[in-house]
Amino acid sequence: MDRLKVNIGNLELQNPVTTASGTFGYGTEYADFIDLNRLGGIFVKGTTLEPRQGNNYPRMAETPAGMLNAVGLQNKGVDYFAEHIYPTIKEYNTHIVVNVSGSKIDDYVKCTERLADLDKVPAIEVNISCPNIKEGGMAFGTSCASAAEVTRAVRKVYPKTLIVKLSPNVTDVTEIARAIEDEGADSVSLVNTFLGMAIDAETRRPKLSTVTGGLSGPCIKPIALRMVWQVYNAVKIPIIGMGGISNTADAIEFILAGSTAIQIGTYNFIDPAISMKVIDGIADYLDRHNLKSISEIIGKLDA
Amino acid sequence: MKVLDFKVTYNQALNYQNNLLKVTPANNEALPDMLPGQFVQILVENSSGIFLRRPISINFVDKETNEMWLLIQQIGEGTRKICETPVGQTLNIIFPLGNSFTVPQEKGKFLLVGGGVGTAPMLFLGEKLHEKEFSPDFLLGGRSEKDLLQLNDFEKFGTVFCTTEDGSFGEKGFVTHHSVLQKNRYDFIYTCGPKPMMVAVARYAREKNIECEASLENLMACGFGACLCCIEKTTRGNLCTCTEGPVFNTNELKWID
Repeated sequence: MDRLKVNIGNLELQNPVTTASGTFGYGTEYADFIDLNRLGGIFVKGTTLEPRQGNNYPRMAETPAGMLNAVGLQNKGVDYFAEHIYPTIKEYNTHIVVNVSGSKIDDYVKCTERLADLDKVPAIEVNISCPNIKEGGMAFGTSCASAAEVTRAVRKVYPKTLIVKLSPNVTDVTEIARAIEDEGADSVSLVNTFLGMAIDAETRRPKLSTVTGGLSGPCIKPIALRMVWQVYNAVKIPIIGMGGISNTADAIEFILAGSTAIQIGTYNFIDPAISMKVIDGIADYLDRHNLKSISEIIGKLDA
Repeated sequence: MKVLDFKVTYNQALNYQNNLLKVTPANNEALPDMLPGQFVQILVENSSGIFLRRPISINFVDKETNEMWLLIQQIGEGTRKICETPVGQTLNIIFPLGNSFTVPQEKGKFLLVGGGVGTAPMLFLGEKLHEKEFSPDFLLGGRSEKDLLQLNDFEKFGTVFCTTEDGSFGEKGFVTHHSVLQKNRYDFIYTCGPKPMMVAVARYAREKNIECEASLENLMACGFGACLCCIEKTTRGNLCTCTEGPVFNTNELKWID
């Protein structure tokens, strides 16, 4: 199946289908449903230097064709990951990419240093786009200067593949993408969730404990697709595109818009085997369109 | 856990808002062993407004007919769509999910308290206790007589006590006011239903120093531990209701205070 192979920097993925951080746990949650080894990669749950309890309940509100979440990076911290989770997942025959989050630049750096020591983690995804934590997170991803600062600091301590995950909650996503490319990021992933909110009209109360949260699911796909296309036309580094992908056609659209690889996120909740269906569907698409390799259509939107 | 299409073999409205659906694997495979307190996630098809699956507790498992029973309250468009599924059509279901009520090994006096559609898992639990010849007591509450469901089924597995808020059936009031709580001494209480009811039951159990388990129904997206949306604050930290629950020992829950 060489024709499905793609490269993100020095990292070769067996196919372009990966799973989005925050929707896929550590992969093990899906082991009953799919063969994890078939995935192009697994982007594991957002990991921080210190353990985080996350936000209060309620953390979720359903919306038309999507959902809002306000999980707030609940995780047991990078040491726990390295000592207890990494040993159980390092034997997967797919790439484990750890999503790194923080409130201070120093947190990102320390967390990254810890992960750099783990042989079977060939890449990290620096999350400068979480809308659900009070300090840091998205704040780093909404200005060119701070996005560049985080990328520069992490790049210094991380020799492996460095991916930076962008927030869509900005006026011009291409400026941020250029800023992180200039600081040496190997790849850019986009988009994280859109800041949104939901209200219960009867009780007059917000549906999330944090009032606002991150919108994901098929409802965001057209905006995400547009942003991927804009970034594709602005940078040279490979793009990992995501935002509401729920079937093969969606994945192909993101690839045509300029994504080298894609992430499936929220739709894993609806169909935990969707990633396998999309891998098979992309192979079928190549057959139907007489393509030798998926690489032939990356960014090849006929516009 | 697996995802499977189930054929609807039975769909009957039990009252103005609750349907009993019986479903069997469309590929005829035998149902696995499932535990009382576990739940399933049902895909809502043909609905533009509904995105997420709907978590529904397992009401009963009929091994002889290979059917799973699902008692579903129509509280919104998602559950309404599921209840509109005609016999012969399929439902896509992730199952079985979550932990289960504790079925003790030793004989004792067991009380199963259900309110509203929260009575659903109590039937399955009652059967499991009856299997061990523990003859449990059921205490079922509703607003009115028409809200009390499946009483004939419950009676097969134990003694049934009822309360209604309007006094139309059984004793008038809430379940925690029922005289059986004064008369009998229980070793284990199980509860599922509206939160204020479960809190009251849990407090009663604590006062009397009785072991108590409650089944929660926190809002969830995935149902299998990936989204971290359905957390409950416990003495062990924030836990996913879908994988660490839905059944919790009430001493672990922060809401009891």
